Amino acid sequence: MRTANSSGGDAGEKGAIEAVLSRHGHDAARLMQILREVQDDLGWLSPSVLTAIAEGTKLPRARVEGVAGFYHFFHTEALGAYRVLWSDNITDRMLGSVDLMARMCKKLWLKPGDVSEDGLVSVDTTSCTGMCDQGPAILVNYRPVTRLTADRVDTIVDLIRHKTPLDQWPAEYFAVEDNIRRKDALLSHDLAPGDALRALKSPQEVLDAVKASGLRGRGGAGFSTGQKWDFCRNAIGSGANPAHYVVCNADEGEPGTFKDRVLLSSYADLVFEGMTIAGYVIGAKTGLVYLRGEYRYLLEPLNAVLERRRAANLLGKSILGQIGFDFDVEIHMGAGAYICGEETALLESLEGKRGVPRKRPPFPVTSGYLGQPTAVNNVETLASAALIAAKGAAWYKGLGTAKSAGTKVLSISGDCARPGIYEYPYGVTVAQVLADCGARDTQACQIAGASGLCIAPSEFGRRIAFEDIPTGGSFMIFDNSRDIFEVARNFAHFFVDESCGFCTPCRVGTTLLANAMDKIHEGHGGEYDINDIWRIIRTLKVASHCGLGQTAGNCVSDTLQKFRPSYELRLNVRDFEPAFDLDKALSKMREVTGRDDPGAHFHIAHRKSKSGIGTKAGDPV
Amino acid sequence: MSNGQDTKSFFLDEDEIPFEEGQTIIQAALTAGKYIPHLCYHPEFKPHGSCKLCTVRIDSRTITTEDGQTVKIPGRAAASCTTPAQADQHVESNTPELLDLRRTLVQMLLVEGNHFCPSCEKSGKCMLQGLAYDLGVMDPHFPQYFSKREVDASHPDVLLDFNRCILCELCVRASAEVDKKNVFSLSGRGVTKHLICNSESGLLGDTNLAATDKAANVCPVGVILHKRHGFEVPYGQRRFDTAPISDNPVQYAPVKEQV
Repeated sequence: MRTANSSGGDAGEKGAIEAVLSRHGHDAARLMQILREVQDDLGWLSPSVLTAIAEGTKLPRARVEGVAGFYHFFHTEALGAYRVLWSDNITDRMLGSVDLMARMCKKLWLKPGDVSEDGLVSVDTTSCTGMCDQGPAILVNYRPVTRLTADRVDTIVDLIRHKTPLDQWPAEYFAVEDNIRRKDALLSHDLAPGDALRALKSPQEVLDAVKASGLRGRGGAGFSTGQKWDFCRNAIGSGANPAHYVVCNADEGEPGTFKDRVLLSSYADLVFEGMTIAGYVIGAKTGLVYLRGEYRYLLEPLNAVLERRRAANLLGKSILGQIGFDFDVEIHMGAGAYICGEETALLESLEGKRGVPRKRPPFPVTSGYLGQPTAVNNVETLASAALIAAKGAAWYKGLGTAKSAGTKVLSISGDCARPGIYEYPYGVTVAQVLADCGARDTQACQIAGASGLCIAPSEFGRRIAFEDIPTGGSFMIFDNSRDIFEVARNFAHFFVDESCGFCTPCRVGTTLLANAMDKIHEGHGGEYDINDIWRIIRTLKVASHCGLGQTAGNCVSDTLQKFRPSYELRLNVRDFEPAFDLDKALSKMREVTGRDDPGAHFHIAHRKSKSGIGTKAGDPV
Repeated sequence: MSNGQDTKSFFLDEDEIPFEEGQTIIQAALTAGKYIPHLCYHPEFKPHGSCKLCTVRIDSRTITTEDGQTVKIPGRAAASCTTPAQADQHVESNTPELLDLRRTLVQMLLVEGNHFCPSCEKSGKCMLQGLAYDLGVMDPHFPQYFSKREVDASHPDVLLDFNRCILCELCVRASAEVDKKNVFSLSGRGVTKHLICNSESGLLGDTNLAATDKAANVCPVGVILHKRHGFEVPYGQRRFDTAPISDNPVQYAPVKEQV
């Protein structure tokens, strides 16, 4: 089956594949980029296409298929000329995405996940797309459409039905706003492109300054940036092609965070300048940006910035005339995998493999990209490093708190009057942030994303800082009208979708946890299930291979401790009820027969009330 | 501490275990005759640490608080198959917490796949079943996935029953490292992760696997079976019927490379 996108005939297919392969030098390490570009041309990755790519890259075919099967945005089945993906973060849901998606599916006569009979369109969900301040958001053929309304849904359905090319859709649909609400040292910088590079002293002096500034990683883990660069600088490259690499982690996948999108949209020069400085310090000639697939629309603008910088001699050979200062940047696209935000999974992905976290040690600073010393830094960290290089360590150290120097860019979404980007010096209280963004009747904040902390009002005096609440920047707000159980359930499902599946506890535990939450949601849960949940969370935390699994239970354990009533409400059975639902098991038969009368249901009466014990199966309520 | 001049050692529970530089905890322990449960570890392959059955705790501490109470601070948990042994570290393996963790992991594997032991050719010589018995797993506990998995009978000599796959990747590693054929690989991710064969049709029969390949003979459970060889040893007289899986740990010790 072919899609409307695919070119006709095997010859066309072969030609398209060969063109992509030669553009990438038949390099197996570039498999991710090859798969994406071939898919762009042909619509999907059919079995014969995978065989051709395997032959062209001299990789085992099964390995190519394994990589294609790992990433959410690669498809090994035809998914229609229009692929619509609804961002399924809790903030999108709070803005009405569930009803809007149902409306879209109904109008297109589609079930979520299915492809329409004519092969025109498929509609499904995807993990947070980083548009939480302007949701509900969708991706149409990997281009973001924001601020969905019923009207927009109806228009989009018409556009799809009439097979209107995306370029002819209303331009405002694709508008992505920065929504910067509060600027501090970083976002209000007054540097022109190249200023930070012109201020550079010797690599050692720059390194000393970054160390003295107290800069710590902004992705969430908070490792000292100066120390990381120092380790990497001192590590020695090995093998036939020894080299050092700078990698910018722009795989911003944590639900609720979108600050890197804004930095890359409006502060790209500063980010690239930070990469160049990192390269200068550690002795790297090559920088790689790993850009998440959801931000595909930023690729051309970012490449344009890179071109401009090359033209201005801020990238390339002998930067600013300094002999031996060579550095250039290339952008690699991800393809829909949250796990690739984990730095070693990111490196695997950069090398064209499945995004499975590596064993550590060795750490990336000694053995990273292609086994060479690699400094992997977050977008915001690199931008901050550029700022420090230009303005000095002492000035930067003076911002924030004693243990957390500098500022933090927060992505604020959920129940507040002014969602968007807020930059604060470290040490700001949760209460201050809530006041500034116009949040009222706040019941809870989820800080640092699905893997982070759920904060109750009694804790709103706590501070955003490494020594109190560390965060990569996600800050989601829930007011009194929200059901916190549903928040946790949404996150539990997020981890099912995003677990890489390498280790047993995470692969199975995330699913068991989500299933237990669903069981409680459906009114079948009891104390027994709560005990099971604790057991699963313990297993995830102790035994998981990487941070994803270790933190996947946080949302449930936090909310169980702090918002127990939202669970209690649903615990209809006191002790135990099997998860196997006889009534649900009949749903297939109801679908086939088109019946939905009481006789087509099992034990409705029994389920609806505890006193219903003894009523016969099928009795009307 | 009886630290010899050349041999370094660490403590596993209460036993002193000597080790050679470069050995991981499980490799040293098994060589010394101490069993640590495992599934994806195999003496002939480089450990990769996915099943997590061999999880241990390293360097737990006991402190006395100001009011005179002793509190145990648990050490870090790590897969002993991939964690390098270090001199004088204290490793805990046989604790109630870790045994419970391992039972939970076995139960997770039991509900993820479809393990119908009473009719399985591997019953009695299956590592998963053997481990479950040894750990005292009485039931799968969690709700079964009942996932639908196909059987691949396309190969003339070898049968694949994916229902029993625990994703240990031993066949993947064996085919790549020993046979140099790359017959097996993994696709999907998370809950959809699954074993695939190296052919456009996806069928084993279209690969170059031979029944004598290492990959065809390394499966610890009942996925990769040889056709026309079934129940040659009756139930009751099989490997783990005569001795538990934890018996004679040295049998799992890493194979010394012949110099």
